[in-house]
Amino acid sequence: MPGVATVYRWELTKLRYQKRTYLGLGAAVLVPILFVVAVHFRHDRHGGDFAFSAYLSRSGLAVPLVLLLFGAVWLFPLITALVAGDIIASEDHNGTLKTIFTRSLERGQIFAGKLCATATYAVAAILLAGTVGVIAGSIQSGFNSLQSLSGTIVSAPKALELVYVSLLIYLIPIAAIVSIGLLLSAVTRNSAAAVVGTLMFSLLMQLLGILPGLTGAQPYLLSTQFNAWQGLLRTPIDWAPIVRALWVCALYAVPALFAALVVFVRRDVAGG
Amino acid sequence: MSAGAAPAPGPPPIEVRGLIKRYGDLTAVAGVDLTVETGDVYGYLGPNGAGKTTSLRMMLGLIRPTHGSVRLFGRDPMESVRALQGVAGFVEAPAFYPYLSARRNLELLAAYDGDGARDRIDPALETVELTDRAGDRVGGYSHGMRQRLGIASALLRDPKLLLLDEPATGLDPAGMRDMRLLIRRLADDGMTVLLSSHLLTEVEDICNRVAIVRSGRIVYEGEIAALKRGAGTTYRLETTDDERALAVCRAQAGLTDIRLEHGRICFSADEAAVAELSQALVEAGALIKAMAPQTVTLEDLFFSFTEGAEGEPGVRSPEPATAVPPAR
Repeated sequence: MPGVATVYRWELTKLRYQKRTYLGLGAAVLVPILFVVAVHFRHDRHGGDFAFSAYLSRSGLAVPLVLLLFGAVWLFPLITALVAGDIIASEDHNGTLKTIFTRSLERGQIFAGKLCATATYAVAAILLAGTVGVIAGSIQSGFNSLQSLSGTIVSAPKALELVYVSLLIYLIPIAAIVSIGLLLSAVTRNSAAAVVGTLMFSLLMQLLGILPGLTGAQPYLLSTQFNAWQGLLRTPIDWAPIVRALWVCALYAVPALFAALVVFVRRDVAGG
Repeated sequence: MSAGAAPAPGPPPIEVRGLIKRYGDLTAVAGVDLTVETGDVYGYLGPNGAGKTTSLRMMLGLIRPTHGSVRLFGRDPMESVRALQGVAGFVEAPAFYPYLSARRNLELLAAYDGDGARDRIDPALETVELTDRAGDRVGGYSHGMRQRLGIASALLRDPKLLLLDEPATGLDPAGMRDMRLLIRRLADDGMTVLLSSHLLTEVEDICNRVAIVRSGRIVYEGEIAALKRGAGTTYRLETTDDERALAVCRAQAGLTDIRLEHGRICFSADEAAVAELSQALVEAGALIKAMAPQTVTLEDLFFSFTEGAEGEPGVRSPEPATAVPPAR
């Protein structure tokens, strides 16, 4: 019997055939490599006098973490939005909603399959960027121990574990981005508008965080949750931002996802 | 096609009652009632903007009706997609993923259908004669090939009821002929078909029943043969003395709608009245040069229903009894 797993498999197949998938995954591969190359040349010219230079030159394992720090609010949300903002809107663009809505699957099952496929893509993109960062960084600076944010030294194998757990924690706010991307994709029915809208939402959160008078709201902004993983790099581990990220991101993700589902299930397919 | 065949037990393939769809102030469908029986090849006719496609979308569960109900084999397509079991079709141009091949598209849809649909991919491609091009990306397909692929995707569901929206639109003459033959073949295999079309000769050729829709309302529903019978037979007459002949016609019982058109007398009558007229004309000295029955086409009837002022049937409107949508 066809079900959510059927849609999930075919959504992944469709992603394999689409350029935007490779654009996102390509960026996830290229950005860490370009970052390491840029650090290498900058180190040669300026003798290591730039932000995080000591950190980056000590261990290649620092590369994915510094990338997370710089790309948290725009790079990975953009990579995620490329698929999340498109996965429903592209059906509108191709006129294929009427084709798949008249088969043997409920609309809710189709939505769930699309959600799972988008989440899989986002996880793959971020783990890929992290892995490429580890490899490129290790080639450049070696697979060495890492200094934690509290100043203690963490062995290389333990640091590698911390890098991947950090990436997984970073996926918590990314889940909210996936939900918002799907909502905009369902509501706007326009891929470009949904992709740009999702990125704008992420950047707007960052701007709100630096506005005077809104500092009290900062712990509850999505942009703040993008840094929750840093709690792992303290000794002892600071779980508070991670726990807060879980429920704050759920507050963003669950209503967005519910609204997207309602729009998707109840909409009239009048065009295409 | 099984016109006149005994209806199969169970609810009819399509039963639409009081169907209304409004978009704000615009009423796209204004109260459609129709019934498609098992074995019917049912033509759904109307000018552009009459509400045909919106009706079909509601029948397939793509659009929520404002009022009224649709039942497919007794099931409501808005409640669950399970109502579409045994039902397939497409509205407007069939749409596929342009970056996938035709076969890949059909594999996807077969996976979404389940129930052995995958085994029907090759026969379906063969039926629509796309086997050789099945590996090509649909993005490179012509309009006609997409239409045929639309039929193939419908056949994957092994349907008992096929709903097709303008299946021959945009096809070249050969494509239109092939589509007509294909639909006829499917109907001969026992499939019930509802098709909306602008191509009236095509509908006349392959359909046994029609509904004619105007401004979102059905103005006729029933058998094509009954529609033509209701319209009566029109004759054209040429004589040696048309003025005298016209006077004879007007005096003759059983002749209606008598008029002079392009130098010929036109009138409606049955065969007995025509025989008596022949004799009367000879006796009056207006000798007959030519008198021929004028075949009423579905096109004539269609225009009589869909042109002119709203609510005013055309000159060749059938008897009132056939022009009223039958309540079931």
